[in-house]
Amino acid sequence: MIFSPHEVQETIKMLESEHLDIRTITMGISLLDCAGPVLKDVRKRIYDKITRTAERLVRTGDEISTELGVPIIHRRISVTPISLLAGALDIKDYSPLALTLDAAASAVGVNFIGGFSALVDKGYNEGEERFIHSIPEALSSTEKVCSSVNLGTTRTGINMDTVRDMGRVIRETAQLTAKDDGIGCAKLVVFCNAPSDNPFMAGAFHGVGEPECQINVGISGPGVVKSALEKVRGERIDVVAETIKKTAFKITRLGQLVAAEASRRLDVPFGIVDLSLAPTPEVGDSVAEIMEEIGLESAGAPGSTAVIALLNDAVKKGGIMASSHVGGLSGAFIPVSEDHGMIEAVERGSLCIEKLEAMTAVCSVGLDMIAIPGDTPAETISAIIADEAAIGMINNKTTAVRVIPVPGKSAGERVVFGGLLGEAPVMNVSRFSSRDFINRGGRIPAPVHSFRN
Amino acid sequence: MNAVCTVIGKDRVGIIARVSGFMAENNINILDISQTIMQEYFTMIMLVDVSGVESLEKIKDGLDAIGAELGLKIMLQHKDVFEAMHRI
Repeated sequence: MIFSPHEVQETIKMLESEHLDIRTITMGISLLDCAGPVLKDVRKRIYDKITRTAERLVRTGDEISTELGVPIIHRRISVTPISLLAGALDIKDYSPLALTLDAAASAVGVNFIGGFSALVDKGYNEGEERFIHSIPEALSSTEKVCSSVNLGTTRTGINMDTVRDMGRVIRETAQLTAKDDGIGCAKLVVFCNAPSDNPFMAGAFHGVGEPECQINVGISGPGVVKSALEKVRGERIDVVAETIKKTAFKITRLGQLVAAEASRRLDVPFGIVDLSLAPTPEVGDSVAEIMEEIGLESAGAPGSTAVIALLNDAVKKGGIMASSHVGGLSGAFIPVSEDHGMIEAVERGSLCIEKLEAMTAVCSVGLDMIAIPGDTPAETISAIIADEAAIGMINNKTTAVRVIPVPGKSAGERVVFGGLLGEAPVMNVSRFSSRDFINRGGRIPAPVHSFRN
Repeated sequence: MNAVCTVIGKDRVGIIARVSGFMAENNINILDISQTIMQEYFTMIMLVDVSGVESLEKIKDGLDAIGAELGLKIMLQHKDVFEAMHRI
């Protein structure tokens, strides 16, 4: 036999009981050639291009999944940030373009389409400003459209005007989707240093430096890492790091295999494999469980930042050698509502927003899927965004904020989003005001790149 | 295309006969076979050639049915999956 029983059984166990899967095959499609001054024409060009380019995406994903015997959970699409097409259109409300994206996504059978996005890290033109104010309407009138806004980078600093606006946009989006507990906000990510090839929602878009079309693959596997660590209980931390590296290598090789196969069958270039450990609400598929396996009583306990730093780094070290091109967000995700271990940690009182913020300084990707009280002032949400963006800007890493101010709910109550988005306790937010800071507007200057202390 | 068929479960009479019979009925050639007892579980690993198969999905459904009948877990994965994860 060319494989030993041990090898075969290890892989089977990962697939059968440890939730190893390929999280998403995401096709990035450029829409730059769809720009124009007439809305009706632009909508038609966008719809035609997406449905033509991604026609075989879902079917091909299914075929690969069957042939390899490996679950592939999602097939998704990311497109050029729509705000880039906004300037040429003299309209006030851009949400009709979101309706077009939604219709195209439904036509090809994907469950999310990302790219109702704007890149405004240094400032925005008139079209982009109008575009950003269209986001609440766009997210409340569509099901599958995801939106993101990049408002800071390490090279340019932070656009505080947009930080101020996004607090309001998030509040408004929550209000417009109030009957579903503000779920529109679950499809809206605010970034600093947004990657242009991220396959994961809600922050996926097809950046301007990307080719016409490409295939990006996001892997998963917190359960596999946890299970591997169960075998080295009590060993020194070096052994923990080595174990994570080896596991990440194997998981990523599977991602690379799927990406190469999808690229070949669809005749679309392979872009990147995203090395992220992406949890789901299922037991045994949790990043918090890994932290606890390494030796914390509950996620958020002192030591959490160190543990997540080690995990994040070891995943990258193991994964990078396993793939010819690595990109996207690549790291351990710590969303709250999508990780039952994180939810329990919040309910136990071991995990608060401030500790999560500290952890985001060393891992991917930011304050993610966090329900906050519905009456949190827009300025406070903006200030949370500013803090997170500052961590990304100074540390030269991607950071993000995806918070849901749940209308009518206060700290300690529970909100259920359903499916992969999970459920979450509403977390407490500082009651102290940041209003005067946020209302200043302007830009935080680009940081110095030397004297890194 | 070569695939790895894994059969795991409590040992009993006739497992190999039943699974290999199904393979023969469906024009699947068995290239290699190994059997062992791991952690009290019967584990059979077959390397099979499924090039002559019309619908892999039907084969998987068939294997699931046999699995349900005999109280086994039967899985079929492309050889490349193991190649990718265990060989550099």
